[in-house]
Amino acid sequence: MTKTFTFPSTPAEAQLRKLAHERVLVLDGAMGTQIQTLGLSEEDFTGQGSGCACAHHSDHPQKGNNDLLILTQPDAIEEIHFSFAMAGADIVETNTFSSTSIAQADYGMEHAVHDLNATGACLARRAMDRATAIDGRPRFVAGALGPTNRTASLSPDVNDPGYRAVTFDDLRVAYGEQVRGLIAGKADLILIETIFDTLNAKAAIFACMEVFSETGQHLPLMISGTITDASGRTLSGQTPTAFWHSVMHARPFTVGLNCALGAAAMRPHLAELAGVATTLTCAYPNAGLPNAFGQYDEGPDETAAQIEGFARDGLVNIVGGCCGTTPDHIRAIAEAVAGFTPRATP
Amino acid sequence: MTRYLRLSGLEPFVLTPDIPFVNVGERTNVTGSAKFRKLIVNRDYAAALDVARDQVENGAQIIDINMDEGLIDSKAAMVEFLNLVASEPDIARVPVMIDSSKWEVIEAGLQCVQGKSVVNSISLKEGEDAFRHHARLCLAYGAAVVVMAFDESGQADSFTRKTEICARAYRILTEDVGFPPEDIIFDPNIFAVATGIEEHDNYGVDFIEATRWIRQNLPHAHVSGGVSNLSFSFRGNDPVREAMHAVFLYHAIQAGMDMGIVNAGQLAVYDQIDPDLREACEDVVLNRRPKGGGTATERMLEIAGRFQGGAREEKVRDLAWRDWPVDKRLEHALVNGITEFIEEDTEAARLTAERPLHVIEGPLMAGMNVVGDLFGAGKMFLPQVVKSARVMKQAVAVLLPYMDAEKLAGGGEGRETAGKVLMATVKGDVHDIGKNIVGVVLACNNYEIIDLGVMVPPQKILQVAREEKVDIIGLSGLITPSLDEMVHLAAEMEREGFTIPLLIGGATTSKVHTAVKIAPGYSGPAVYVLDASRAVGVVSQLLNPVQKTAYVDAIRTEYAEVSDRHARNERAKQRLPLAQARANALRLDWRDYTVPAPQFLGSRVIDDWDMAEIARYIDWTPFFRTWELKGNYPKILQDEKQGEAARALFADAQAMLERIINEGWFTPRAVVGFWPANAVGEDIRLFTDDSRGTELATLHTLRQQHTKRAGRPNVALADFVAPEGSVPDYVGGFVVTAGPEEAEIAEKFDRSNDNYAAILVKALADRTAEAMAELLHQRVRRTLWGYAPDENFAPDELVSEPYCGIRPAPGYPAQPDHTEKLTLFRLLDAEAATGVTLTESMAMWPGSSVSGFYIGHPDAYYFGVAKVERDQIESYAARKGMTLAEAERWLAPVLNYVPGKTSSREVA
Repeated sequence: MTKTFTFPSTPAEAQLRKLAHERVLVLDGAMGTQIQTLGLSEEDFTGQGSGCACAHHSDHPQKGNNDLLILTQPDAIEEIHFSFAMAGADIVETNTFSSTSIAQADYGMEHAVHDLNATGACLARRAMDRATAIDGRPRFVAGALGPTNRTASLSPDVNDPGYRAVTFDDLRVAYGEQVRGLIAGKADLILIETIFDTLNAKAAIFACMEVFSETGQHLPLMISGTITDASGRTLSGQTPTAFWHSVMHARPFTVGLNCALGAAAMRPHLAELAGVATTLTCAYPNAGLPNAFGQYDEGPDETAAQIEGFARDGLVNIVGGCCGTTPDHIRAIAEAVAGFTPRATP
Repeated sequence: MTRYLRLSGLEPFVLTPDIPFVNVGERTNVTGSAKFRKLIVNRDYAAALDVARDQVENGAQIIDINMDEGLIDSKAAMVEFLNLVASEPDIARVPVMIDSSKWEVIEAGLQCVQGKSVVNSISLKEGEDAFRHHARLCLAYGAAVVVMAFDESGQADSFTRKTEICARAYRILTEDVGFPPEDIIFDPNIFAVATGIEEHDNYGVDFIEATRWIRQNLPHAHVSGGVSNLSFSFRGNDPVREAMHAVFLYHAIQAGMDMGIVNAGQLAVYDQIDPDLREACEDVVLNRRPKGGGTATERMLEIAGRFQGGAREEKVRDLAWRDWPVDKRLEHALVNGITEFIEEDTEAARLTAERPLHVIEGPLMAGMNVVGDLFGAGKMFLPQVVKSARVMKQAVAVLLPYMDAEKLAGGGEGRETAGKVLMATVKGDVHDIGKNIVGVVLACNNYEIIDLGVMVPPQKILQVAREEKVDIIGLSGLITPSLDEMVHLAAEMEREGFTIPLLIGGATTSKVHTAVKIAPGYSGPAVYVLDASRAVGVVSQLLNPVQKTAYVDAIRTEYAEVSDRHARNERAKQRLPLAQARANALRLDWRDYTVPAPQFLGSRVIDDWDMAEIARYIDWTPFFRTWELKGNYPKILQDEKQGEAARALFADAQAMLERIINEGWFTPRAVVGFWPANAVGEDIRLFTDDSRGTELATLHTLRQQHTKRAGRPNVALADFVAPEGSVPDYVGGFVVTAGPEEAEIAEKFDRSNDNYAAILVKALADRTAEAMAELLHQRVRRTLWGYAPDENFAPDELVSEPYCGIRPAPGYPAQPDHTEKLTLFRLLDAEAATGVTLTESMAMWPGSSVSGFYIGHPDAYYFGVAKVERDQIESYAARKGMTLAEAERWLAPVLNYVPGKTSSREVA
């Protein structure tokens, strides 16, 4: 069966491109960090206590399954989205980092994947519409696709380096299901993020193209890798430029980096990417390095100052925050980059 | 940005105009290499990977992988081989060309490569629909394509057919499919020439001219070809084949061919080809009439025999490291992930080692530590580390039979693993990549791994640990809540009486967290493991019966320090406002306190020193510490490790001390004084006489400002002196010195190159001054001040300070301000009395001098002021008559704020 992989783009994309041409756009901050401050219990996660009892049941404990809160604590999640929007985010990410059948298998929640994504996008959409009703600024919902916790190009078994715990097709199917859910919930963009193994991301890209060919409409893609060790490579061993070459076929709306070791450590890799990427760039680092107790100490001004440097030096078109960044961080970042011209695509 | 072909393996590849020609390695192609085919059929993948590695080492910028062979399951072999290549970073750094005539094999291959690869090939052979379909999939997988000049009616052989088909394919790709033109590589078919069939004679020219046309007419597209076809009729005569290839490439590259499938290790250099052979080659390639008459093919056949079997220079790899000592060879193999020689090198190391185990604990672990360091420094990346672990495993495999034999000979049971390690990602956390890597590395080192996976509840971990009698539990976690889970699990282990080591690892874990929160709750060892490369070192030491105790002790000591430092840091962060610290001052009960008046007021020189008596007051423990021998005197003399050195040093010291006494090397002097005193806040006012009407001087002290536990005061030295309006009190002061001679004597020793004696005499002079301080203090308590006339401690009992009162020195923790020495020296007229002077930085000269104040209250104790806030420094400077800046300069080490900034750190 011949599939066609080129489709018309959406009105949202045209609007986004226009805005991105005018100024540096702002993405939201860390959902996980905000959720942590709620101090939710197992009962809160399953919705057995306060909140909405979930229609999906599992024998596994659910504490830590942040995505599930979309269904069990929807108001709390919507409020987090809303607070980021009001802090100055143009684009917010859905709380669906782990909403694939592969990642949810650890919680026995594979069957909830469609609802997680569709409802996840709806919540974000509702929060954006509320914010827009207040100040009139357009806002966009990016459906977030996490990397899952399996690697398609590394073997977990040293005795059998040819073995793979997950295949391209497993990932393609899982991501496809997720993307369909996100589109059903009216996501404006798809964000493939925290990529530590580029082959996983390529499966996600492939899945997006398949789904777009079913719907006949192309959503803009944001692709974001992560470089987590001192070698300056992804976990699967690629340099930033090699990473770009591997995903450029997606013709993404943006390519960039997120998470990892904070803005300072990200900078050289971002600069390399900004030098080669023939599309917009996006960077949303952690609030520095986690301290010994797993918390992020970097304050809004510190993070914003470094990200301002990204903007000043013409490295970015979209900025935001990852782990440890709060609405205050996003507010500071939005103010810091407001005066700068967005990066020109080479 | 310019439209260049951009590919990637682990590293990027860009075909820029600076690169005239891209070598695509052809040896990993079962249709082109009999050797490779045999390896794949026999499933000898290790050797097959060596073939790939050789090509990359020989300069192949892309490697072509082809598994099209009737006897093998091409799709399975393609997947297997690409997956294996992915775990070989020295191969995977270059892009691959996935080569098959079957689309399903190509697609299976595309699903295995994270980089941007090249598909070889697609064509119009089955019509436009199939062509479009395949092209679109290549676009979705993110690959460039080789397009064969092949259409529904067959393979193009002439210039016209070649260019027509390529132009048609180009139009479909760029206009219909949206394929980037720079990602299109045409293969206009290289056919054999000099076959004796006249129709074939122009094949070389057709290719070269089609190439020229494509490069001129189809913008951004590239041209490639399989070069070995050209010389097919000369198989068996490699020198001639290589010459033909070199000549063909020379002309084709000039026409614009920028990529080719060639054996990078076997290619003649155009300029170095024998001139006769080169001319013959040019004739066949360019379809020319030979100068000497006849056809080009005839001429080629004529001379080919002459070159048959000619010595071919095989490119040698750089094997210089093979000449290194065996330890270095093992390290090189581990760092570079080379398995080829590991067995022989391990064997060589075993033959020189006392026991096979020593090879593991010695050179192999040393090599892995290098790997760990390089990884930590960012000079290696994860796939390389995993490879190193694999080399390690092979080395260990060589040693295992010998270790088993050793065990059997010793009456043991034979094969055993090095230990059983249970690994789990804790409840609530699903991240397991790091844990898996640690498992892999440990498994490579002969540990049996029981991996419970992710989100493992604590009871399951403990249950399995008990049932399987594991030796170690390793916990992993990435998210913050996992830290609490680990604390909880450690507590559970404690409750259930476990004592086995607990390893802690994962992105948010840390040594500090382990030391502060986990280790204190578990009586067995709890050890933080920084990364996978460290895991083997930690586990092997924990399971080694000989090393374990010392290792665990060292860890405990280190963690105790880490924990203390953390606690200090945490406390250090929180300061009380001065008013609050003052409100929490130490309040002694002065109502019933009486202290006798000293024998005299004002100062007095003490010069009746007996060096032999001083020597009895020497505290030898700090003396040994000067020499980096750590332990208490006299126990250190019997210490298992340091005892011998300590005894020798002590004997030398005693001998020199005897000479110091007998020959009167030093001239000990001292001055002591007492003054009526009462405290006001942090100040101590001194008066000229007991009427306390005339103020003589003020001593200034600093108050602790850190947050204290309930019931603990924020103390200042002034708190130990009776406050004004309560009872009369006194304060004393002293300066002692061993005299200036030590410097001269030491210099003399230095000149005669006896540095040892020079250091010894200085150390003894220091001890002498300290002993004098101790001796004088005792005299003060018994007689000069006389508040403890019946005190009767032996000299060695004084070390633990059992007596009443203290003698704090300015510049030390209880009073960090060195400038208080100025007041002391002035009160005592110390320079005139003792010859001791103060340098501009308030150091005493000669160095072997001690000074301080005497405070007599029995509850007085030594303490550290620690960091203080600006509010106190402001008050202190005002009281002392210093500017703020001056006070800040002298007290810089104890400031809890950055001077000059407008606001200090807020109390968290």
